[in-house]
Amino acid sequence: MSDAAVAAVPKLRIRGLRKGFGAKQVLDGIDLDVPAGTSLVVIGGSGSGKSVLIKCVLGLIEPDAGTIELDGRNLLAMDREGRERAVATMGMLFQNGALFDSLPVWENVAFGLLARHRVGRREARGRADAVLAQVGLAPSVGDLWPAELSGGMQKRVALARAIAAAPDLLFFDEPTTGLDPIMGAVIDGLIVDVVKRLGSTAIAITHDMASAMRIADSVAMLHKGRIVWQGAPDTLMTSGNAIVDQFTHGRREGPITMELRR
Amino acid sequence: MPSLNAIVSGAALMERLLDAVAAIGKAAIAVARQCGRITLFAAEGVSQIVRPPFYPRMVGRSLAEIGYFSLPVVALTAIFTGMVLALQSATGLARFSAETQIASLVVLSVTRELGPVLAGLMVAGRAGAAMAAELGTMRVTDQIDALTTLSTNPMKYLVAPRLLAGAIALPLLVVVADILGVLGGYIIATLRLGFNGHVYLENTLNFVQTQDVVSGLVKAAVFGFLVALMGCYNGYNSKGGAQGVGSATTAAVVSASVLILAFDYVLTEIFFVR
Ligand SMILES: Nc1ncnc2c1ncn2[C@@H]1O[C@H](COP(=O)(O)OP(=O)(O)OP(=O)(O)O)[C@@H](O)[C@H]1O
Ligand SMILES: [Mg+2]
Repeated sequence: MSDAAVAAVPKLRIRGLRKGFGAKQVLDGIDLDVPAGTSLVVIGGSGSGKSVLIKCVLGLIEPDAGTIELDGRNLLAMDREGRERAVATMGMLFQNGALFDSLPVWENVAFGLLARHRVGRREARGRADAVLAQVGLAPSVGDLWPAELSGGMQKRVALARAIAAAPDLLFFDEPTTGLDPIMGAVIDGLIVDVVKRLGSTAIAITHDMASAMRIADSVAMLHKGRIVWQGAPDTLMTSGNAIVDQFTHGRREGPITMELRR
Repeated sequence: MPSLNAIVSGAALMERLLDAVAAIGKAAIAVARQCGRITLFAAEGVSQIVRPPFYPRMVGRSLAEIGYFSLPVVALTAIFTGMVLALQSATGLARFSAETQIASLVVLSVTRELGPVLAGLMVAGRAGAAMAAELGTMRVTDQIDALTTLSTNPMKYLVAPRLLAGAIALPLLVVVADILGVLGGYIIATLRLGFNGHVYLENTLNFVQTQDVVSGLVKAAVFGFLVALMGCYNGYNSKGGAQGVGSATTAAVVSASVLILAFDYVLTEIFFVR
């Protein structure tokens, strides 16, 4: 295969992905390409299925139909072992952090290392401290328990845990929600840094337009189970797409109607 | 000839009857499905006990939680049970002038039945509930999903060590309960009923057979496994935030308690009725 052909295979290619819960069709035919080494930001209203989308890629939710190709190989057609190996190359920052509250911070950060590479605890501690330093936390934080951290610190620890094993494909589910604007900018900076340093591919979900602008090489809008728009972040505010326009400007009137009751 | 009205009301009655049958059928199917799910869950959990990697730390933690921290409550339960048994049997056996049988009655009841069952129920209330609450919280806060993304099988990391620890810890607790139950009987027999302590202990040791104790310990291993299984199953599959965790905890305790009593009957049939 020529270099050009290799480069043409996106890191992640999703085709016709569908997932419903009961009568509700959450994902209704998602098509999405993420070229290697780029950052995609997914935006969309609350409950539009953004978290479900990345949980499908991670194998945490079994989709009803479609294909998810990682480096050109369909994850959904793999056996359990192959899929576990594929997921091992991914890192995920969960929407609410999802830190293990029965383990101290450093063991949270080193968890993937301990599980995968069978490193000793002493070495794992050293690696955890190094990763904590990357997200701006002192080694002493490693001895605290997750419940003792502020929300912003929890997000940073969760980020540290996600990147500790240097994954190829990173997912960030609302990394800056609930943080003050400065801490939000700091986290965005960390994400951009990390992705660049690791040379990873990243998919981030956010409601924060400023954050999207900072992180994204490309932005995709999810609405009614489909990607309705995709483009460069600097065209986000002037997309000409009525749905994107309403979302980015936060207007009450428009094609997106919040269903208060189902 | 039956009137039109009668035919219509007959049809309506038939329909209602069929509805009732359908409801019973649906409930039966739901129960069967639930049993199937629990069995699959148990099989998966057990198969993960024997396949590496192992998590000795997690087993140790669970042993402490199920066994060590349940010691006080199981000890108190056993000693009072032994005391009550001695007192009750004293008044009951007096009617047949068979007071000398108190020692044997106490030791048999405790080793065969009350030790394992009461310890099982106590541990269900303590450790089973705690397990369901912990795993349930981990489920609704995405911690279980996070394990998967960190190359760790949650069935292996969370469930298998607890099942193993349950089956080990409860027999150990029951050994303690057996001893304290007999001690409770001894206290009442000697201090309250005026028996000779030496004779009481001799009666106890002469009467009890290895099979009584062993069958109780086997029961305890099964009960411990059941408590851990129901705690893990309900916690692992809980959904819907704090309320979901709450109902998972309740379900874990109730189902474990019922299963303990049901399996107690089955195991007693197997051990003693031949
Ligand atoms: N495990 C599940 N079982 C049933 N329904 C689910 C499940 N997970 C998600 N849903 C439903 O799917 C829809 C999309 O959920 P999702 O969490 O992906 O939204 P989201 O786009 O991430 O929203 P937010 O921005 O608020 O996080 C919601 O309506 C939710 O109720
Ligand atoms: Mg979400």
